[in-house]
Amino acid sequence: MVAPNNLVYDRPEGFTETPTHYCPGCTHGVAHRLIAETLEEMNLIPRTIGVAPVGCAVFAYNYFDTDFVEAPHGRAPAMATGIKRVMPDRIVFTYQGDGDLASIGMGEIVHAAARGENITVIFINNANYGMTGGQMAPTTLPGMKTTSSPNGRDVETQGYPIRMAEMLSTLDGVGYCVRRSLHDPKNIRLAKRAIRMAFETQVRGLGFSLVELLSTCPTNWGMTPVAALKFVEEKMTPAFPLGDYKIGASVAQIKI
Amino acid sequence: MPKELWKGNEAIAEAAVRAGLEAYFGYPITPQTEILEYLSRRMPELGRAFVQAESELGAINMVYGAACTGVRVMSSSSSPGVSLMMEGLSYIAGTEIPAVLVNVMRGGPGLGNIAPSQADYNQAVHGGGHGDYPRIVLAPSSVQEAIDLMVLSFDLAEKYRMITMVILDGSVGQMMEPAEMPEMKPIVRKDFDWATNGAVNRERRILSSIYIDPPAEEVANFRLGKRWQEVQANEVRFKEYYLDDAEFVIVGFGTAGRVSLSAVRAARAEGIKVGLLRPITVSPFPYQIIDELAGRVNAFLVTEMNMGQMFDDVRLAVRGRVPVEFYGRTGGVVPFPDEVLGEIHRIAAGKLSVDADPRVSWQTRMASVITR
Repeated sequence: MVAPNNLVYDRPEGFTETPTHYCPGCTHGVAHRLIAETLEEMNLIPRTIGVAPVGCAVFAYNYFDTDFVEAPHGRAPAMATGIKRVMPDRIVFTYQGDGDLASIGMGEIVHAAARGENITVIFINNANYGMTGGQMAPTTLPGMKTTSSPNGRDVETQGYPIRMAEMLSTLDGVGYCVRRSLHDPKNIRLAKRAIRMAFETQVRGLGFSLVELLSTCPTNWGMTPVAALKFVEEKMTPAFPLGDYKIGASVAQIKI
Repeated sequence: MPKELWKGNEAIAEAAVRAGLEAYFGYPITPQTEILEYLSRRMPELGRAFVQAESELGAINMVYGAACTGVRVMSSSSSPGVSLMMEGLSYIAGTEIPAVLVNVMRGGPGLGNIAPSQADYNQAVHGGGHGDYPRIVLAPSSVQEAIDLMVLSFDLAEKYRMITMVILDGSVGQMMEPAEMPEMKPIVRKDFDWATNGAVNRERRILSSIYIDPPAEEVANFRLGKRWQEVQANEVRFKEYYLDDAEFVIVGFGTAGRVSLSAVRAARAEGIKVGLLRPITVSPFPYQIIDELAGRVNAFLVTEMNMGQMFDDVRLAVRGRVPVEFYGRTGGVVPFPDEVLGEIHRIAAGKLSVDADPRVSWQTRMASVITR
């Protein structure tokens, strides 16, 4: 047993004791932990209802110690809208990947943001469909090889990546919209702070909040975990610049 | 409550409000738009939730989310919109939560038109969404019945944790009739032991339609099957007209049933012993009463506003013991009582169809009518 005064790292209360099913080196686990820590720090665990996506995080409800529902592919923002509208005092968040949010669920996410739904969206951008084995996603980089762009994404026939944080930040209903990355400890700390800000935005009723997180997918990228982190830093951050895309005037006043 | 003049769609909306509707999510589509418009005024004035969604996909998934919290929630649409909702319907069914969906049916397939139709019978009763799932489907034939069935739909949905659909054709949605509204029921949030409404002072809950382990999905499907047996045993509803001494029987639901009743009354005035069975629950389907009737009448005539969909269910119940004839109008055309009376005369004269499938004979007979 570790003496309490020596304990520096433990399972946050926002987590159940279920081990995750994520691949070694995948940053889903990091993103999950940041959310769980934030809910614990803000004393939100009993009030929170999560909405899981379809994709690698389809079993997210097994890991968070809050009420959870499981949405059809892409529809999490619509389900979250339904929950929040009838239970405005609850904290409602969705956790969605890039296929879920930026492809099949584009309609739902854009309109939830435009309506200023008072929900929080954690958006995992790992540039491919992880769950189904690494197909091209709307966020796949030009030239990037996937199982459905085997010669590399050809922008002439397969189009260009979609920058969601930038797009959504143009909508007036959005209170907080930023992009962060999970590729090193410094960026993980910045991501944690952004997740906190997103939930603070919701707690105060200041509109739609979204944190896009650049993430790794070592298995489908065919890389070691370390090489995958390097890929995020060197290839993804130029295509998906980190930054604050919208911080509403009232949100900017929040002190944490 | 005194009778007032109500338009079908608005009556449905107000009846739902009085039954305790806490949230409505919808999308405009003719001929059901008045439900959305009415509730866009009514729900906010009562402090209840109303969202005009970005699409029917959005609407049904908002219903799904709100239904997970255990409140009374509904959406409404018309045929093409309901097709888009089939994804959500399957998920709601698989999650075993209550929700109500109204389909004010219009002519199809495809974009079709905005005239009254019953062409979504099979979609509502036999499937539409993927997977094995039962659903309750109610089919009103008048504004009053639509009001009564809306109230019932929420009770049934909650009792059986099941999708309840109310299907009516555009004419019931659009016409005005005197009708009596129920009293306004206060909103009482029930503390269902499955609702994901925040784990305050209790263990957390999960609502999902996933059973990644096939044997577990099989268990879930058997649970749904068992519940469906209860629905079949307890919730079959139909209305009988002149059946006691009937020598043959018309089966028709909704407006087709109502038109047929006019024809039956006219035939009775001529001394023809014909009756009418009008299913009110088309799912669960009233197989038993048709089975009983098949033992004592000479023939059936199924009337529908489609190409013959409920016809298959009637034939299943009759099991070949007596002829089952068909008469329908489709594509948004509503039959006149005279047309059904003509069919009654034909059958009373013993001129029955010769084809194995009476729908073939019907199409042949219609050749002179279907012109443009």
